[in-house]
Amino acid sequence: MKSIGPRYRSAVILAALLILLVGLPGYVPSSSYAIILITNILMYVVMAESWTIFSGPTGYISLAPAAFFGVGVYASAILGDVLPLPLVILIGGIAAFILAFLVGSATLRLKGMYFTMFTFGLVELVRNLVHWWEVNITGTVGRLIASEDPLTVFYSMVAIFLAVLFASYLMGRSRFGLALQSIGESEEAAAHSGVNVNRVKAVTFGVSAFFMGLTGATMCWRWSYIDPTTAFNIQYSFMPVLMAIFGGMGHPYGPVIGAAVFSLLEEVLTTKFPYYYMLTFGLIMIIVIIFLPHGLEGAIERWRKAGSRRGAVEVPYDVGKT
Amino acid sequence: MMVHVLDIAIGGLLTGGIFALIAVGFGLQYGVARVLNIAHGEFIMLGAFCAWTLFTKAGITPLFSMLLCGPFFFFVGFVIYRVLYSPLRTFSESPAVFEGNSMLASFGLLFVVQNIGLIIWGAPVKGYTYLAFPINILGAVFSANRIVTLIVSVILGSAFYLFLVSTRTGKAIRAAAQDAGAAELMGVRINRVLALCFGLGAMMAVLGGLLLSMTSIMLTPVMGMPYTLIAIIVVVLGGLGNIKGSFIGGFILGYVGYVVSSVQPGLSMVAYYAIFLFLLLVRRMGLLGK
Amino acid sequence: MNLLEIEGLSKYFGGLAAAADVDLHVGKGEIVGLIGPNGAGKTTVFNLVSGALVPDSGKVTFKGKSIAGLKPYEIAKMGIARTFQSVKVFSKMSVLNNVLLGYLFGGSKQIALTDSARRETEEVLAFVGLKELKETRAQDLILANQKRLEVARALATRPDLLLLDEVMAGLTPTEVGLSMELVRKIREKGVTVFMIEHVMKAIMSICDRIIVLHHGEKIAEGTPQEIVQNRTVVEVYLGE
Repeated sequence: MKSIGPRYRSAVILAALLILLVGLPGYVPSSSYAIILITNILMYVVMAESWTIFSGPTGYISLAPAAFFGVGVYASAILGDVLPLPLVILIGGIAAFILAFLVGSATLRLKGMYFTMFTFGLVELVRNLVHWWEVNITGTVGRLIASEDPLTVFYSMVAIFLAVLFASYLMGRSRFGLALQSIGESEEAAAHSGVNVNRVKAVTFGVSAFFMGLTGATMCWRWSYIDPTTAFNIQYSFMPVLMAIFGGMGHPYGPVIGAAVFSLLEEVLTTKFPYYYMLTFGLIMIIVIIFLPHGLEGAIERWRKAGSRRGAVEVPYDVGKT
Repeated sequence: MMVHVLDIAIGGLLTGGIFALIAVGFGLQYGVARVLNIAHGEFIMLGAFCAWTLFTKAGITPLFSMLLCGPFFFFVGFVIYRVLYSPLRTFSESPAVFEGNSMLASFGLLFVVQNIGLIIWGAPVKGYTYLAFPINILGAVFSANRIVTLIVSVILGSAFYLFLVSTRTGKAIRAAAQDAGAAELMGVRINRVLALCFGLGAMMAVLGGLLLSMTSIMLTPVMGMPYTLIAIIVVVLGGLGNIKGSFIGGFILGYVGYVVSSVQPGLSMVAYYAIFLFLLLVRRMGLLGK
Repeated sequence: MNLLEIEGLSKYFGGLAAAADVDLHVGKGEIVGLIGPNGAGKTTVFNLVSGALVPDSGKVTFKGKSIAGLKPYEIAKMGIARTFQSVKVFSKMSVLNNVLLGYLFGGSKQIALTDSARRETEEVLAFVGLKELKETRAQDLILANQKRLEVARALATRPDLLLLDEVMAGLTPTEVGLSMELVRKIREKGVTVFMIEHVMKAIMSICDRIIVLHHGEKIAEGTPQEIVQNRTVVEVYLGE
């Protein structure tokens, strides 16, 4: 039986974090910079964590987060006047799940690189489709929406953050999570042991997209105008991937740290060097890939094990499986 | 009716020529160097903007710019491979890991190059006209610049094909495409050859972008990505590692694009994707090559 | 009716016949050996039975039902389990979790991940002799134990037929002996065994019947004594 120590520690940290988050609005005005900043950080945390739920164990690199996020944004924008907010957000998540499940069922049977190529294009594809639809059917490109109170958005993101952590935790300890892990190690052996590999992959991809859709549907309410280009922006694919890889994908907290670091960095850079920040992030991605392929977490592992005889990095997930 | 068919027959060819060129470049990078360079479209963008700058600021015609930009960006590509991908190749635990990591590094490169484009040229859309007079071919009318791009694409494609087939370096490239490890054992200086392929791929992207800019399209720093996707689809269509296939695939996709654009503009990307999906699904059943 | 019936089974790669018109059967309770020189098509036959490959022609019948073309997980749930020539354990998972996976997913009914499931899995580990190593990471085991682990994982799926692909390759003579014991124990438990092997001593002493393949075709079949005296078989092996 594993020691309770580290898990108890994580639970305590999480509880403290939650108290801070929920209590924060009591100390600062609801439209303050702090609330908005933390909402943004939570957005990236959820995106990075959801991405890791799928790409971590399976090793398939998905570049589609922006597509799922955008689907959520549009679901919210289209249904927001008609249905209550929580339902609209849920629909955004479900729409993203369905899209991901279909794409996954079709493309996850193939070599990882084909999957990656297809997900890379999915963002452009959906953007094109929505744009065409707006030009030819709706008549106007883009739409105005009534923004919601920042506090509502904040609390929604806290709830989604909790949900994704919970989902991640459940997956780690469930039968499904065991199957997922085995697929990451050896698909062939898993299949011969009775695991319906394609379905597990597609469902996991769907679950990961679900949370991205929820996030998009929620964040939509911070803007007053959306159009295909802002909703389906490839940056929403790039940032979660960068954050997850930087933070390390071995444990749920890796992407959280990566997301926190980079959202803060983004805040600083967009105010000081608005024309250079994507350049900086691109360079950081390149440097991370070359020098820290297992992320910060992997580097810390390596440093900790530097003294031991075995020396090899024991990181559960490997980026870059094809 | 005849004119309509001719219009499609030639129009598709014109679109296809550029697609073929950029696909071959991409195919070299992925098929041989095993780098899924999703920043490929950004080099196309660079080529287009270089042509714009040289033409509008210095009066240098795009065709002449090709002679300047081609070698320069070949060199840039060569260096990028040596600095970025070569160390990755050395330190990656397996070819599969390398493919994933090099793809991610390219993702980073995408943002670097795109941002550089934004800094140098700014977001507002640009364009220029060159050889824009109409030419009448058996009743179908096309802009002269588009016909020139087709001719140049075919010349470049053929020149490259000859290079692959008859020179020593070309043979080394073909060997490396089959099996880099074996080629190395046979005495091929593999690092040099792979860097060469990457450089050539970058060069072809830049030349493709140059040609593209001639056809009076709108230039913006974010124009690259759709072309990367087209290159990916063409290479999958033609067969990974198959240079001739990429060339022919480019023309096929060009035809599809031209036809769809004439009927329903704005849906060409969707059409390309439908083809992509179809290919992937059919491939699963083992009907097409590798 | 035999547990496994194969009729006219063929598989081509390009122009090469990996398996050519193979007929064979495995009866319930038997230990049947499959031998032949390298490249004879033995693993191909296993792949065709387990669902890893789809036959180009021929029939594969298991417990009276046709299984050709079914997916590996469907075939596994029907009662065929296998090990692999190059050991495919789940490296970074514990020994217990490796086998637990087989236990949870190998049957036709869904089983939840509970402590009782873990206890059942430990029984399987005890059967193959890996109980003390249950928390060890699979990649940290020696080869002989990794092979044992693959067998345990396969057994955890409660199969009627177990396909062993060169389970004794790379083992020391002592380890081979232990392995042979395990195979006998497996048969005593009621699991039919179909095994590919190059270690002749093992094949000859534990198999009831042996099938010989060469260039994808079956060239001989019979008891160990009959096979040893078969001129074609001897030529094929000496000629290699």
